[in-house]
Amino acid sequence: MRWFWIDRFIEFESGSYAKAVKNVSLSEEHMHDHFPGFSVMPGSLMIEGLAQTGGILLGEKNDFKYAVILAKVPKVTFHSWATPGDSLVYTARLLDDRDEGGTVECTAHVGERLVAEAEIVFAHLDPADPTLGAIDQKNFVFSMNLLGILEVGKAGDGAEKL
Amino acid sequence: MPTQDEIFKVVQETLEDALGVDDDEVTMDATLQGDLGAESIDFLDILFRLEKGFDIKIPRGELFPENLARADSSFVQDGKVTESGIAQLREKMPHADVDKLAENPAVANIADLFTVRMMVNFLNHKLNG
Repeated sequence: MRWFWIDRFIEFESGSYAKAVKNVSLSEEHMHDHFPGFSVMPGSLMIEGLAQTGGILLGEKNDFKYAVILAKVPKVTFHSWATPGDSLVYTARLLDDRDEGGTVECTAHVGERLVAEAEIVFAHLDPADPTLGAIDQKNFVFSMNLLGILEVGKAGDGAEKL
Repeated sequence: MPTQDEIFKVVQETLEDALGVDDDEVTMDATLQGDLGAESIDFLDILFRLEKGFDIKIPRGELFPENLARADSSFVQDGKVTESGIAQLREKMPHADVDKLAENPAVANIADLFTVRMMVNFLNHKLNG
């Protein structure tokens, strides 16, 4: 399984906000176990999708010179849930951007319905730091070519969608 | 210029938001790590929020000095902070209760220097000179 929890950016304003879509599908293995007979998108993976949206927003502001890691989720509230066939729209707004890290506030909507809202704190690491070898790469927003998601968005006719 | 009480209120709200604690837990004598459960990454979050709350810039390491016990080998001997170490702490953390640490200078007690009172004193000095 690839650690991509957003499918495409639909809006991106550098240093301000980003919107990404996550299409929930029954072809995702975990949806069959979470829960049997009642498939809902796990909240933890929604947080990961929000963090990928916000992490790329923060990283892009600094021209990707830092490794951005999810450091902390001080606040998260789930108001409802998302089921297969739903398109979750994640919106992240940059609250704070400093040398040491940054903060975003985010929401997840299905249509007009608010599904979740959260605040996420990221820490910046210098990718050249030799001590980083010990850190689990899965923590990195930019691992596994996640940035390729910025390139997704050509329509069938070749037109730009973003 | 904010009064000490006003500063305390903002610090209290900041810690409630950053650490998910209740307002009655945030007393002047509460220690950030021992009593309020702060972890290392929380210090970054707290710093962000204080800068925003007071509209000031706090240079890194000024409020929460890092790697205190590792500063140099003269700092700690046999698990205790040396006299020279205590002197260094007085200089680096003038708003903390270093006298209390000096009474029982076990390295583990260094964390108890980080109290709500230390933060309020620091901010009072920073904002009111």
